Amino acid sequence: MDLTLKIWRQKNKDDKGALKSYDIKGVSPDSSFLEMMDLLNNNLIEKGENPVAFDHDCREGICGSCSMYINGEAHGPDRLVTTCQLHMRKFKDGETIHIEPWRAKAFPVIKDLVVDRSAFDRVMSAGGFVSVNTSGNTQDANATPIAKAAADKAFDAATCIGCGACVATCKNASAMLFVSAKVSQLALLPQGQVEAQRRAIHMVEQMDHEGFGNCSNTGACEVECPKGISLENIARMNREFLSATITSES
Amino acid sequence: MTKLDSRIPEGPIAEKWTKHKNNINVVNPANKRLIDVIVVGTGLAGGSASASLAEMGYNVKAFCFQDSPRRAHSIAAQGGINAAKNYQNDGDSIYRLFYDTVKGGDYRSREANVYRLAEVSANIIDQCVAQGVPFARDYGGLLDNRSFGGVLVSRTFYAKGQTGQQLLLGAYSAMSRQIGKGKIKMYNRHEMLDVVKVDGKARGIIARNLVTGEIERHSAHAVVICSGGYGNVFYLSTNAMGSNVTASWKIHKKGAYFANPCYTQIHPTCIPRSGDHQSKLTLMSESLRNDGRIWVPRKIEDVEAIRSGKLKPTQLNEEDRDYYLERRYPAFGNLVPRDVASRAAKERCDEGFGVNKTGEAVYLDFASAFMRYGKEKAMVEGIEDASQEKIRELGEGVIEAKYGNLFQMYEKIINENPYKTPMMIYPAVHYTMGGVWVDYNLMTSIPGCYALGEANFSDHGANRLGASALMQGLADGYFVLPYTIGDQLADDIRTGPISTDLPEFAEAEKSVKEGLNKLVDNKGTHSVDYFHKRLGKVMWDKVGMSRNVKGLKEAIAEIQKIRSEFWSDVMVPGGVNEMNSELEKAGRVADFLELGELFAKDALERNESCGGHFREESKTEEGEALRNDKDFAYVSAWEYTGEPKDAILHKEELEFKDIELKQRSYK
Repeated sequence: MDLTLKIWRQKNKDDKGALKSYDIKGVSPDSSFLEMMDLLNNNLIEKGENPVAFDHDCREGICGSCSMYINGEAHGPDRLVTTCQLHMRKFKDGETIHIEPWRAKAFPVIKDLVVDRSAFDRVMSAGGFVSVNTSGNTQDANATPIAKAAADKAFDAATCIGCGACVATCKNASAMLFVSAKVSQLALLPQGQVEAQRRAIHMVEQMDHEGFGNCSNTGACEVECPKGISLENIARMNREFLSATITSES
Repeated sequence: MTKLDSRIPEGPIAEKWTKHKNNINVVNPANKRLIDVIVVGTGLAGGSASASLAEMGYNVKAFCFQDSPRRAHSIAAQGGINAAKNYQNDGDSIYRLFYDTVKGGDYRSREANVYRLAEVSANIIDQCVAQGVPFARDYGGLLDNRSFGGVLVSRTFYAKGQTGQQLLLGAYSAMSRQIGKGKIKMYNRHEMLDVVKVDGKARGIIARNLVTGEIERHSAHAVVICSGGYGNVFYLSTNAMGSNVTASWKIHKKGAYFANPCYTQIHPTCIPRSGDHQSKLTLMSESLRNDGRIWVPRKIEDVEAIRSGKLKPTQLNEEDRDYYLERRYPAFGNLVPRDVASRAAKERCDEGFGVNKTGEAVYLDFASAFMRYGKEKAMVEGIEDASQEKIRELGEGVIEAKYGNLFQMYEKIINENPYKTPMMIYPAVHYTMGGVWVDYNLMTSIPGCYALGEANFSDHGANRLGASALMQGLADGYFVLPYTIGDQLADDIRTGPISTDLPEFAEAEKSVKEGLNKLVDNKGTHSVDYFHKRLGKVMWDKVGMSRNVKGLKEAIAEIQKIRSEFWSDVMVPGGVNEMNSELEKAGRVADFLELGELFAKDALERNESCGGHFREESKTEEGEALRNDKDFAYVSAWEYTGEPKDAILHKEELEFKDIELKQRSYK
């Protein structure tokens, strides 16, 4: 396949940045999107030019590093995949592809397609945990049975990979899907229920502090989420948050 | 030179760990506040160690090259984690897990360490559940288990095909809590480029800030390396793109011995290669072997018909299929250990029975599982006289609930629906059992420097059993190091903060900077990947699943040649003082080019077959790996002296007091 790529190039966080055009030839339809980017970079390097910086690591859709906004969609045109799992067979020979970084105030661009997502880490530090220390004396894992339905729902929420596609997709750059997935996972389990309200309040406060926007229920995040995290989680978080603001002591 | 002292406690094996904990030094809670610990890597080992040490009161500085600690490659582990809980009432016990692990490792691991691992395994599950890790459960609300290769019990806990993700997010949550409290200072997008020794002890690291390119000095009273394995020396592996040997290799060059580098796990169930564009290989969890049956056609003409597209695998009758694992190993069948399954696949493909265009693929077929589960489901749902189609449909649903994400991943990559046609799989490099040599306290031969998880060598011998890597990473980080590190740090309660102005820091920083400048100033003609691919090809062809004297000697010479060409001809664009992913890669590949040679040298020295290390000169009449316990029942610990070819071998003799050494059989 021969393609024209229009890629966002930005030297560093202070640079203004611009889309730059590149032609690439001989791309295998069986290669992944990132392997196509490897090919482009290799061509650039052998010409002595600077390759395009982008985040990637596991290349099997689970680490959440890759984060490209392709033709106006987070992780590109395929559903339920990250950029690294997107294959070139989803594109047409001769096509022009636009590639941009995640765009959100809370995710400043570091270089080219690389953004700073450490805001997510700070939201997690605010409450995304169960307050239990490491100990060889916690109760036996089977001491508290958990209904399969609750365990499965908690698992579904817990599969969030923290890639930030929800934020990049949302017109308000809201992080509600990400935050609510963690709030839900832990609220659904007896181990996390104890501090569920406190957790919801602290995580939401930090989320606001980081500059993420609010949720206006358009549901775009759910559509673009590579792991299919459900909007239900946002409803559950709202419920936890609301009841916490009425009843919680912390 | 440090003496090789494994410091295995005296006494019966079941009492060693308890006794050891009672006898080693402990740092009191008030004094822990005065002590700093650096942890490099935030996977299961590093994440759990950082969290636990911080909870205990130490000041932890944690480093990862990724943009968040949550992205370490433990996240990609699929199948599960072992623990001797005996929830299934199938006769499991600490001893049985210990025995299976030692046998699975082909009697090349250290007994005392493995026993301890089995002993703390149950605590790990309790700890993870307490953290909110959503393991799979049955309808009674209790935890579910499945089986993995090389064992006859069900002791593997899992969360669909994302167990590593869930466990890592548990450790990351625990870390996040300590980061919020200021007990862990987290350095994302930082890469350790050297260890700093002061008076012979590890007292800090030199790290590069990957965003600004700045070289930073960080001091501590101890340095803990949790940077994973070195499978990427093969270029193509199931490791993440960034997985590297650099942290381990840097401490090796400063005095830490490197043990058994040739012990590599080639995982039997990976998606086959498709072409030269490929940047990595993808694993299909071993758990699939619980329900999938592995086969190739019995007749060569059927192979040809399949390759040319004239015949579909589903059209082949039962009697025309060769379920070669079931045929060769009736007792364990499709659940033989990984090394055995991989070699068996290679044997069939070498004989010409590979089912894809490259001739390097076998089938993993779920058809009988669909029908088995479908019948059960039809019974449960009270559907009488269900048609074959209906049964299959119900069965597909059951399999989807168990492995849905893996089937989806397969379909995305291969563009075939694995519910309708058998998967194709082929072995690929997955894990390295070798690593930094450590004693019973997990301390390397540099005092104050530790290695945990895949980065060390201690627990898996020459072959790791499935679902044991997650167990080891978390055991080391949650339940071993937090105790053993006190033994050394008890001497440091009056030391006070370590100054980064010491000449040792300045010197290490200077050499790191020189190394980086050399790469950037080289201005050669080929990219880093060009050299990495060449190295990988030599490793796979000559130091891969099957090794012999001739090939290994050639490999050593070829790697030396590639290394010298790399240093004269590599092209690293961009500068040192900026985000520069090519520069990061270049440093890592430079280290792989040294490690690769030591790897081949180690494989050459070990003239026996054991586990994943198969020497063609040493096999049974049936072609199975043949150990030589008389001459090789030792750990090879290599000391760096300037060039890999000059590395000095130290031997730690392995003693088997509780398990009888015998020829491993899965028949």
